[in-house]
Amino acid sequence: MSASNSINTSASALRNLSFWFALSALLCLLLVDIEISSADPWAELGLMTAGALSPSVWSWPTLLSSLANTFAFALQGVTLAAMGGFVLALGYRFTLVRAFCAFIRSIHELFWALLFMQVAGLSSLTGLLAIAIPYAGTLAKIYGELFEEVDPAPANNLPPTSSRLSHFCYSVLPLAWRSMATYTSYRFECAIRSSAILGFVGLPTLGFHLETALSDGQYSEAAAFFYALLLLIGTLRLWLHKRLLPVYLVAVFYYLPPQATISWQLLVRFISEDIVPAPLRGQTIASAETLNSLSQWFSLLWQQQIWPGLVNTVLLGQISLVFTGLLALALLPLNSSLFFRHGRIVSRHLKRSIGDSILVLLRTLPEYLLAFIGLLIFGPSMLPAILALGIHNGAIIGHLLGRYTEEFNLRDDASRGITLYFYEVLPRIYRQFLAFLFYRWEVILRETAILGILGIATLGFYIDSAFETFRFDVALLLILVSAALNISVDQFARYLRQRLQLKTVPESL
Amino acid sequence: MTNSSKQSAPLFQLRDQRLQYQGRTVLDNLCLSIASGERVALIGESGSGKSTLLKALREQRPDQVAWCPQQPGLVPILSAFHNMYMGALDRYSLAYNLVNLVKPLPGARALVEPIAKQLGLEQQLFSSTDKLSGGQQQRTSIGRALIQQRAIFLGDEPVANVDEYQGDALLQLICQQHQTVVLALHDITQALSICTRIIGLQDGAIVLDAPSDQLQASDLAGLYSAS
Repeated sequence: MSASNSINTSASALRNLSFWFALSALLCLLLVDIEISSADPWAELGLMTAGALSPSVWSWPTLLSSLANTFAFALQGVTLAAMGGFVLALGYRFTLVRAFCAFIRSIHELFWALLFMQVAGLSSLTGLLAIAIPYAGTLAKIYGELFEEVDPAPANNLPPTSSRLSHFCYSVLPLAWRSMATYTSYRFECAIRSSAILGFVGLPTLGFHLETALSDGQYSEAAAFFYALLLLIGTLRLWLHKRLLPVYLVAVFYYLPPQATISWQLLVRFISEDIVPAPLRGQTIASAETLNSLSQWFSLLWQQQIWPGLVNTVLLGQISLVFTGLLALALLPLNSSLFFRHGRIVSRHLKRSIGDSILVLLRTLPEYLLAFIGLLIFGPSMLPAILALGIHNGAIIGHLLGRYTEEFNLRDDASRGITLYFYEVLPRIYRQFLAFLFYRWEVILRETAILGILGIATLGFYIDSAFETFRFDVALLLILVSAALNISVDQFARYLRQRLQLKTVPESL
Repeated sequence: MTNSSKQSAPLFQLRDQRLQYQGRTVLDNLCLSIASGERVALIGESGSGKSTLLKALREQRPDQVAWCPQQPGLVPILSAFHNMYMGALDRYSLAYNLVNLVKPLPGARALVEPIAKQLGLEQQLFSSTDKLSGGQQQRTSIGRALIQQRAIFLGDEPVANVDEYQGDALLQLICQQHQTVVLALHDITQALSICTRIIGLQDGAIVLDAPSDQLQASDLAGLYSAS
């Protein structure tokens, strides 16, 4: 090969990586069931469309109280999470703190809810903690990273005598404050989705009535709850002002005080017996016999639940990740003015804002709800889960990427349309795209596990069955396995991001 | 070499034109005509309106102009080959362009390789432009203009990032391949030796417009020391 043929492009490394990801997803696709098993998906879809077009409220008090509960759990949860996350972020340089944060956020809020329900029942405390704990882990990570990234100059210029905390409050906190507020308000939107979804396991939020109405085929009633959720999220900016926040906070704690009637006896039993692996219960010394039965207990679990659950979670996660990526790339032009350059300025702006509204709408739909609806249409298989995860996450990434293209300074003689997309836009966004996608990987996998509750045989399926049969030891073990999987994937994604230098802004040319 | 053929209809014509950059008037009451075959250098301090004027010229004949802006706008992760080929995108079908993006096709290579050779880029043809030096990036940008095979070349400081010797050679190459050339230049000696006509811009107006064989470097120095 002559020197002129040697390929040394940044594109080729990214392309190779993408190729292996796509290939792995294709192989996974061969191994999973994506059949449409329902007799007549079109008929079901027709009924749903008819319902969506004729929403009806069967009880306004129910609708309004579930709306208020959804809002209350979300606001209480994020407030507590922000405080907890802030304290944790102060110690974020300690590995132990970082590991603790990674652990609590690797367990999905629905799993937390299922755990707390065993001791605190379907109470307001359960709802609050289920959101606050994993969100505290996420916020701690973001706050911690923001603190590390602020300009060190102000800190270096302070006299060295002052205490560490006042040092921090004067030099780091003011610089990070705005980003912290922006990110926290974004997480609040996510918390409303989470809060609504908690209804699917029994808490009195929108999801509870959505599930009932959808399962009964009452699509007009489901539509009313559905629109209420969209309206709640869509209008947040109009009424959730910073200054009114204290008022809302007082209101939600007054309306829904976090409380539960906890039987201490039950709690003690739960911790000292229920969640202890069955063969170890009542054993004080680890005899050879106990160890033997423990290993049998575990190997049976491994064969029947852990391994199949893990495999399915990974397979579904991988397919969904790649599908998310493809959708994000296909959807990004909807939020990019580069692709709305024809016609008059007014109509261009109009088209663009319609395009972006589609993305925002798709992003607003919780994937759990989408998967539930998908199951009703297509019947049980992995297809609804793949579609739900892809649509929700693809819209999130597509929206961000579209906004990112606004920063490009294209030449006056740049091409247009599809050529522009492939020659100018795609190569310029690709690093950022991979960075977003790998960032989202952990979230997709968490969601993949949770979709098992809907009957798809991922880890969540076995966790849900264990809760249903009161085998809390098995449930806890499986939750820990799913947490370990999420943490490993997060670490791997972090490694890939660093290796491909995805954090740096590449647009220097 | 062609000399100015002032009898024919002008290629570019501006009459009492006001040119703006980001809402601010840069050049006012501008009258200018450029005929086919001319080699024009635009001289003036940065901010005097050279780029704005070039942009206005391009808009008069967008389909006949090979464009070489000051910010080359290369796609960083793509190879020099692809960045040059982008000048010829409208000559091929969409399918051909897309396949060529994944695997360089023989036809496209036959088009790009001779130009890369002329520009001294044959060793770097398949390196991405984020791995090239500033001068190599600039040559890639010129390559994209040359590949368009147009009659008119409009260049904004096209050789600012290469040394004088290479710059002269590149400008010669550009002049050989284009009938009409308009360049914004900051190097006065280069402007006088390469171009047939010098236009000096200052304070929002043309203050000098003369054939280069009637000018000396000292005549142009004033354009940079005013105010």
